[in-house]
Formats: sequence, structure tokens, C-alpha cells
Amino acid sequence: MTLLQSDNVSFRYHGPWVLRHVSFSVEKGSFVGILGPNGSGKSTLLKVMDGILTPQEGMAAMDGRSILTMSRRDIARRVAVVPQDYGGIFAFTAREIVLMGRSPHLEPWSFEGKRDYETVHRVMAQTDTMSFADRSLEHLSGGERQRVLIARALAQEPRIMLLDEPTAFLDIRHQVEIMNLLKLLNKKDGLTVLAVTHDINLASLYCDRIILLDGGTIHAEGPPAEVMTADNIEAVYGLPVVSGKHELTGRPVIMPRMEQDLHKHGGNVVSRRDLK
Amino acid sequence: MMSFLSSWSIQPVTLGRVLKICLLLFLLSFTVFLVSLFAGAADIKLFSVISDFLPLGADGHKALTTAEKSILFSIRLPRVILAGLVGAALSMSGVVFQALLRNPLADPYILGISAGSAMGAVTGILLGAEIIILGIPGMAFLGAILAVLVVFGIAGTGRRLETNTLLLTGVMVNAFFSAMILFIFSISDHLQLQRAIYWTMGDLSLADDQAIIYTGAFLFIGMAFIYRYARALNILATGEETALQLGISVGKTKIILLTAASLVTAAAVAASGTIGFVGLIIPHIMRLIVGPDHRVLLPAAFLFGGTFLVFADTMARCLVSPAELPVGVITALCGAPYFLALLRRRLSS
Repeated sequence: MTLLQSDNVSFRYHGPWVLRHVSFSVEKGSFVGILGPNGSGKSTLLKVMDGILTPQEGMAAMDGRSILTMSRRDIARRVAVVPQDYGGIFAFTAREIVLMGRSPHLEPWSFEGKRDYETVHRVMAQTDTMSFADRSLEHLSGGERQRVLIARALAQEPRIMLLDEPTAFLDIRHQVEIMNLLKLLNKKDGLTVLAVTHDINLASLYCDRIILLDGGTIHAEGPPAEVMTADNIEAVYGLPVVSGKHELTGRPVIMPRMEQDLHKHGGNVVSRRDLK
Repeated sequence: MMSFLSSWSIQPVTLGRVLKICLLLFLLSFTVFLVSLFAGAADIKLFSVISDFLPLGADGHKALTTAEKSILFSIRLPRVILAGLVGAALSMSGVVFQALLRNPLADPYILGISAGSAMGAVTGILLGAEIIILGIPGMAFLGAILAVLVVFGIAGTGRRLETNTLLLTGVMVNAFFSAMILFIFSISDHLQLQRAIYWTMGDLSLADDQAIIYTGAFLFIGMAFIYRYARALNILATGEETALQLGISVGKTKIILLTAASLVTAAAVAASGTIGFVGLIIPHIMRLIVGPDHRVLLPAAFLFGGTFLVFADTMARCLVSPAELPVGVITALCGAPYFLALLRRRLSS
């Protein structure tokens, strides 16, 4: 069943098109990754899907209904977004931040009720953030902060979670911890995930489907085994690569060709495409 | 004590806690209010007032003289009430500007919004706007809106206002509006230049019933709108895009909050000129004590800000008695070092 859909979306800020004729759909319960080089439109696409940006052509739709016909509050009850990092001020505690996730379910003038606290308790247990619930976010490590932001998104009780490079500032162990957590939520609780990421190998390992963006259009889309080929990656990133297989899962692994290029071009890594 | 306070302030806010904190702060403000009423050049005893109201017979206390009554009810009482309203107003608008600009150093005085408001009020006096009901505070409101448009135009949408930009913007906005104020005073026949100094320093000696009524009205209307968005302010303080993602209609919310904060600032400035630093110190202290949640921070800053300015104005009346200082002298003497200490800590971290 299609949950979220991008229907022929084209978007530009003021200059050239950032997204051009982008169509794809996210099935309920799936784990979808969006890959692509810098400036390929990944983050912009996520903002269009959340209704923050209005595309000039086409539309983002949830259950067949255009996102733009919904209020911010209605969207926030269905779609939760996890940013790269926390950019707020003031010493809000982790628990207070997670409680903010209840906002789309609360009326003005009101305080959180019993059900809100139960939800917050549950999602903080799921994300293993209880041990620092009373600590201010600025005193947490990057990985802990990211888990709090995921807990806040879960507290919205969304139908789909959008993530914008959730592991951008984390080391490999914390990256894997975050991806494991997302995979667990996806498998166990049926949470639908749409994640923009820079790490092609983690995406290959964790995603059911991958959307490969290039210059604002979809270059390839499908299961990792189909999309994550050396040819596709070379074409999109302009970087010569070799592909292999992950020993345990059989998923594709992509690595730069480094050595060969160093020999050939006297230290300058030049892509095959540039040589043509 | 501090560990008790910090463990208290990290628990999520409930209605019960808001009420408890408000009650404590209200008791404090009432005490300071009474002390202030009986402090000053003329020595008036609380007992005299009580025996004046309740003729308990020959208890030895003489009733109030007419002169004492006049000092107490026509001079001190309006002044103390106005000080409370102005302090509450400046603290509340400070809280709102800090959250919306995502910078705890924001304050209506430092940003130049008080100066814009004062320019509006002075222009109103020059044009003879006092013959219209709410003419002067209305003009102060327009001046505040003008300054807010400049400051938030520079801050842009979505970004937080960096400290350097905030300070430079404030210096320039202040320079421009202060120059305008002096210009208006110098071309006007019926405005004395000495009053201009009091306007730019902030002074409560002109307190009267009318000032209390319009300041109170502006303040309580503004406060109702601001408190309606207290939870939204929490989320806006964590970023505008986050606020959109959490279901806040950011554009509409910001317009309402900025209008309300301008109204509240104008309420204070039209009655007392530009009193500095209250909107900076009070929110900062209250955040340390009650935590950053605006549902408790706003009423706490309201009550404590009022208390603080009543106290500061009592100092202004008593320190060089029988002469008087503008209250802005006291708040700047406390506030400027406080600001510099905060700035130093922010820049070093």
C-alpha cells in the first residue's frame, strides 16, 4: 500500500530546477534510502515531501491526498522529521525535547496529559534515552542527541519518519547504532522510513529500496542489488569505483578505485567520465 | 539550595508547578510592593495607614496627615504600580525576543526596539497625539513595530541571530532612533531637552492613573496572546524548521508574537521611556531557577520583572534622597555588567 508519493515533482528556489519530474512512492512498512551527490536535491526532496516547500509542478501526496491541503498540525501528526543535529538554544532536557513531539496532538493553553507522558516514556525506552532524560541536550554526545531527536519524532506517533542525514556528524559505531535502531523500529513496529544519507554502504545494508538522485532527477530506483552497481555510482558521483558483496548479507558494497587512479594520473583522482 | 532548584527545574512543567511558582513569586512581589510604598523621603508608617483605615480606638498611632495621604496615594502608589507593570512588560517582551531570535542576549532595549518605541511616542507628542485616546502609546506601538521590522528583517527567516549581528544591529538601530528623538526634541517648542534625557534613560516619575490604565491594558492584552503561544515558543526556540515539522504555523505564530511583544514594549516605553536591561537580566535569572519552558518562564518573568523594577525604582528614589535618579540609571548600573559577563561567557564557550 502506498503511503507517501511524489508525483512528477519539479521544484526550484529562484534559479535553475533543483528537482525535475521526480516520481516515486514509499510503500507502508518499507525502509527507503535517498542517495545522491551534494546538490542533487536530496534535502530539498525531503522538504517537499513534508510540505515545507511547495513544488512548482507536481505534488507530494499522502494516501493520495496532496500534502499541501493539510495544515501543519495535520502533517505533523502523520510525518515526523529527524534533522542532522539539534540547533536550539536554552537548556531543555532530553525529556522536554521528546515531550515537544506531542505538540501536534495537544490543544493550545494545555499541558501534556497522562497519555502524553506514557507515550514519551515508551519512545524513550525504545530509543534507550531514559538514562539521560533529565540532562540538557547540549551536554549529550552527538549519538545520544540523535537518539533523542528520533525519540521526539516517535513521540509524534507518525505514520512515516523522514530523516535528513541522521548520521552525518557521527562516528561509524554511532552511525550503525542509529541505523540498527531505525531498522528495529521498522521491522518490529512497522514504522515506515524515508532517509536521506551520504553513506552509500550503510544505505545498501539497511534499505529495502534505494532512490539514486542525480542533478534533481531519479537516476535509478529499486532494491539495493539493482541500484547499487558500480556503473550507477560512477555515473552519478563521477568517481571510479569497484563493487563487491557484503560477506554476511550479500548486499552490494561500493568502494573507490583509488590505487589504480593514483598510478594513472600522478596523484590526481580523475573520474573515468572526465577522461572521455 | 542550587541542587534543589536545578532538580526542580528539570522536571517537565505541569499546571500545578506553574501555579506554585506564581504564588511564591506573587508573595515576594507583594512584600516588595509594600516595602517600596513605605520607603522614601517622607517617613510614613504602615501602622498609621492601618489605623487610618481601621479606627481601632486610642492605640497611640496618629492618623495620616493630608500631606502624607497625598504622598502615599497620589505619588507613591501610582509609581509603584507603574513600576510593576513596566518591569513585567519589559521582561515578557525580552523572553519573546530571545526565543524568536534564538539568542539569550536579545532584549527590547539592546535591540533598539525600546528606542523605536520612544521615537514613536515622542513623535506623537510633537504631533499633539495626546488629544486622541491612546494617541501616545499608539504611536509608541507603531515605533516598536518599525524597529521590529528592521531587526527581524536583518535576522531573516529561519536563521538564528548571531550575537555579533544582534549587537551591531542593536547599536545601529539605537543610534538612529536616539538621534531621531533628540532631533524631534530640538525642533519642538514645548518639549524640553532635559525631558529627552529622561526619556532615553527611562524614568517613572511621571506615573499617573492614565499611564497605569493604558500600560496595564496593553500589557494584559499582549500577555494573553503571548501566553496562548507559550508552548509554540518552546518549539520555536529549538528552530523554525523544527517548529514547522512539529506542526506550528510558524509565519502566523511569529507575526502574532511579534505584534504582541511590540505592544507590550510600547506599553512600557510610552509610560516610562527606555529602561534598559530588565528584559535581559530577568529572563536569564528566571531560566536558571524555573527552567526554559515558556509556560512557567513567562509568568515567572512577568512577576519577578515587576518585582525587580519596583525594587530598582525604590533605590532610585532613596539612594540620593531627597533628590531622585531616573530608574534607568539603576537598571543600567546592574544590567550592563551582567550583560558583559554573559557575553564573555558566551564568546569563550
